[in-house]
Amino acid sequence: MKLQRKNRLRALSLGAVAVSSALALTACGSDEAGTEGGDSSAAATKSNIDCGDAKGQLQASGSSAQKNAVDAWIKAYRTACPEVQINYNPTGSGAGITAFLQGQTAFAGSDSALDSEEIAESKKVCTDSQAVDLPMVVGPIAVGFNVTGVDTLTLDAATLAKIFDGKITNWNDEAIAKLNPDAKLPDLKIQAFHRSDESGTTENFTKYLKAAAPKDWTYEPEKAWQAKGGQSANGSSGVAQQVQQTPGAISYMELSYATDGIKTVDIKTEAAEPVKATTENATKSITEAKVVGTGKDLALELNYTPSAEGAYPITLVTYEIVCEKGNKAETLPATKSFLNYIASEDGQAQLSDAGYAPIPDEIITKVRETVSSLS
Amino acid sequence: MSHASLSDKRPGSSLRGATLPKWFPWATAAGSIVLGIGISAVAGLDSDIQWGLIAAILFVLGSYAIAAKVEGRRQAKDRVATSLVWVAFILAVVPLASLIWETVRRGVKVLDGYFLTHSMGIVGDKEPGGGIYHAIIGTLEQVGLAALISVPIGVLTAIYLVEYGRGKLAKAVTFFVDVMTGIPSIVAGLFILSLWIITFGMGYSGFAGSMALTILMLPVVVRSTEEMLKLVPNELREASLALGVPKWRTILKVVLPTSIGGITTGVMLAIARIAGETAPVLLLVWVTPLINTNPFSDPQASLPVYIYLQYANSGGAGAAYDRAWAAALVLIAFIMILNMAARGIARWKAPKTGR
Amino acid sequence: MDISTNTTAPPLPAQPPAAEQKRAARATTRPGDRIFLGLSRGSGIFLLVVMAAIAVFLTYRAAVAISKDEANFFTTFEWNPTGSPPMFGIAVLAFGTIVSSIIAMAIAVPVSVGIALFITHYAPRKLGGVVAYVIDLLAAVPSIVYGLWGILVLVPKLDGLYGWLDDYFGWTGILSWQGGAPRSLFTVGILLAIMILPIITNVSREVFRQVPQMHEEAALALGATRWEVIRMSVLPFGRSGIISASMLGLGRALGETMAVAMVLSPLFDIQVSLLDYGGGTFAQNIASKFNEANPLGRDALIASGLVLFVITLLVNGAARMIIARRKEYSGANA
Repeated sequence: MKLQRKNRLRALSLGAVAVSSALALTACGSDEAGTEGGDSSAAATKSNIDCGDAKGQLQASGSSAQKNAVDAWIKAYRTACPEVQINYNPTGSGAGITAFLQGQTAFAGSDSALDSEEIAESKKVCTDSQAVDLPMVVGPIAVGFNVTGVDTLTLDAATLAKIFDGKITNWNDEAIAKLNPDAKLPDLKIQAFHRSDESGTTENFTKYLKAAAPKDWTYEPEKAWQAKGGQSANGSSGVAQQVQQTPGAISYMELSYATDGIKTVDIKTEAAEPVKATTENATKSITEAKVVGTGKDLALELNYTPSAEGAYPITLVTYEIVCEKGNKAETLPATKSFLNYIASEDGQAQLSDAGYAPIPDEIITKVRETVSSLS
Repeated sequence: MSHASLSDKRPGSSLRGATLPKWFPWATAAGSIVLGIGISAVAGLDSDIQWGLIAAILFVLGSYAIAAKVEGRRQAKDRVATSLVWVAFILAVVPLASLIWETVRRGVKVLDGYFLTHSMGIVGDKEPGGGIYHAIIGTLEQVGLAALISVPIGVLTAIYLVEYGRGKLAKAVTFFVDVMTGIPSIVAGLFILSLWIITFGMGYSGFAGSMALTILMLPVVVRSTEEMLKLVPNELREASLALGVPKWRTILKVVLPTSIGGITTGVMLAIARIAGETAPVLLLVWVTPLINTNPFSDPQASLPVYIYLQYANSGGAGAAYDRAWAAALVLIAFIMILNMAARGIARWKAPKTGR
Repeated sequence: MDISTNTTAPPLPAQPPAAEQKRAARATTRPGDRIFLGLSRGSGIFLLVVMAAIAVFLTYRAAVAISKDEANFFTTFEWNPTGSPPMFGIAVLAFGTIVSSIIAMAIAVPVSVGIALFITHYAPRKLGGVVAYVIDLLAAVPSIVYGLWGILVLVPKLDGLYGWLDDYFGWTGILSWQGGAPRSLFTVGILLAIMILPIITNVSREVFRQVPQMHEEAALALGATRWEVIRMSVLPFGRSGIISASMLGLGRALGETMAVAMVLSPLFDIQVSLLDYGGGTFAQNIASKFNEANPLGRDALIASGLVLFVITLLVNGAARMIIARRKEYSGANA
């Protein structure tokens, strides 16, 4: 009996310790205010952000390709307007659009514009109106490779198509050697990786292959990889990590993932010089994009075969998708204020630091008009 | 536990034939490892997995051959069994130790008080800084709620199956518990998503996640509790009933306390399974970089989702990988503490069975 | 000479003696008993209702998907629900799921039983306790951590083993290797084995502990070696427990999502060799395709989830039958 009581006492004291430590934990938790990260750009933009009467929580979800850009925007915006809490959940474009169409989120981020079915469906959430696509971010898609001894590599669309289709299997292939007369190409098997999940990055990359090398790339551009064969990995981080780890690897990824020693391929276009994958070069090619959306909708059609000097051809544009009219009253001020900021000069200027490119002036002016007319 | 000491006394009896000395297994093991490395070096095999496997095979075969010669076939078989058990132990320990080691090594880099008491707030995924306070709160609340729902229901169901259940209902329940173990976590998430969020129009919340976790946790609790209740000797029940104790008191005071150790282990396994669930939580609870202490409204964070997102959306930034490993370490530590507490309580509460 | 047949073994009888049933009937007339019975039966019914709801939901969504499928759902080697016409089939997924689980079970079950025996019967007492605790802890490691470890630590280590297997067993066809990163169904099987090992070990250990000491002592008294004691008294007693533990592990292996998605290099094709990348599993496919799927794509993935469900069901049914037959053999539980 005595023994038992002692045990109970010990159990009790253990419980007490657990509870009190939990309380202690609750007491000292706080949201990271990012004080130490107060860089000059955030401070400078502070005065230009118009918070209006925005407050409360803003839920958004969608494309993971623009996540890093949204992170930077949220940081600057929250510094100026601490009343607003913004959650951006990088679930992927498809899931983002679905959540938006179900009325769960204030806006969605997507790598591709809404199709006609989705626009029809959006009439349910947007009372008396429909959803519009607002292009906000240009993301260059880099082709990363891992071949020791080769630092710069030039490839054209046809060669890329053959590599990713498994027609060219060795790094010392003639087609590659012809494009890179100076490089010492080793006798090494090419390990081509693609995304195993469905992704806007895959869609845009294969759109490029299809547009620029229709003879060598016979598959339809889809979010899922259509070609037969090849190795794959999950997510941009997954393919980037495989490229780092596997000798002879090549894969495509958003430029912001091509860090930590991943070398990127220069793309040979119609222009005289091969084009490096940089944010400036991506902006150059996006100026050739055409607006194909109707009315306020600003869906873009990209030109994957730019002939301008230094225009990088493989890009994706991510859109923010909102209701033109009939946005929910409680989230409208915050949505409008936030979108206003990201479309502003300050907002667009943040992009190149995060590995993205800004939308060209001509188009962003239209975006600003649309944003200010949202209701 | 006493088996070991019991059986250790056996060898060395004068009635037996020749026995190998006590150091024999160690010598064989050392010999095999040396040989394994030697063979690998000669054959130019560079992976440690290969020489490990060669050494293991040599060890088992060597023990058998030598023992069969000296001690006879029965003893040799015994030696082989012993070697195999040791090999199994080492085979399993190596990868598991490597897992723990890597997590600790990579996790401690950013793990400190600041990391534990702050949320990510407005820190971007690629930048250093931030913490996991919001995710800890989220996981505690979601898993706690799920356990609160599924432990009573699960244990009661198991009691029904073992103590009362005959007939069709019990058969149907047994069958469906089996079915439930096969639900892929993402399907459970989809089910709650379409029922709770799309049909009923509720928002994302920690509670929505808890419901999906409950679906995943219930069958594990039922199955393991059932197994443990079945192991309670019938004599105990009969003795209690014979003394005129009502059946429900017999179950609560005799059957449950006897099997509480096993039941707790089962519950811990179930909690461990759901605490690491990523996909349904991502669908239902969503994510937020901010602290939300109310599990019934608005998105919350959670540790596994945090780990996954830091891995998947970080742009390969080192800071994000460090945070992911640190969060993994915290999650493991959290479950370990829970485990320790539960085992302790189970040991105190369990009646002494003479073992 | 099955010793366990000679004494009464604890597991509860499936059919209690008539006398006990009568007593149970009388006992339930007490209010406390009635409330308790009501509560426990209510829990069982609640579980049934939840399951029925899930089953209805899954079947409905799956039926919608399959009715729109222009290809044979069971034999098609393709997954393209967004195409026109939509074509998708589960042949590759079923193959990958089953193969990777078989590899995992083939590795994990013997090893786990070995460790459980090690802890309960072989290890020095202190070491056994520590090992038991560490294994307990490992059951708690979330699969996402196994995924991280698998892709960053395990996969790079397997290159050598793959080459070796290819050199010596390549002629079998199923163990040949064409190169590329070792991220195949075989690797997935190994990783799954490591993941489910602690689960199977934990439950088996708990069962081995419950073996009546008298059985073992009786065997020892007859001069049995330690292995003979285990073979004759411990294993027969623990058999149903081991099978049940394996089923728990198999359940996790069949449905494992994130770790497989991170480690496998999937391809919608069946590879003859286990070592070549390619293939896929149900859960992995759902996880990688779900986010970007359109409504039909989601329904198609749910339909594949339903098949996973049915496979698990068959496996569990088989296990139940094995347990039931063993009981008849040993006659210990009558």
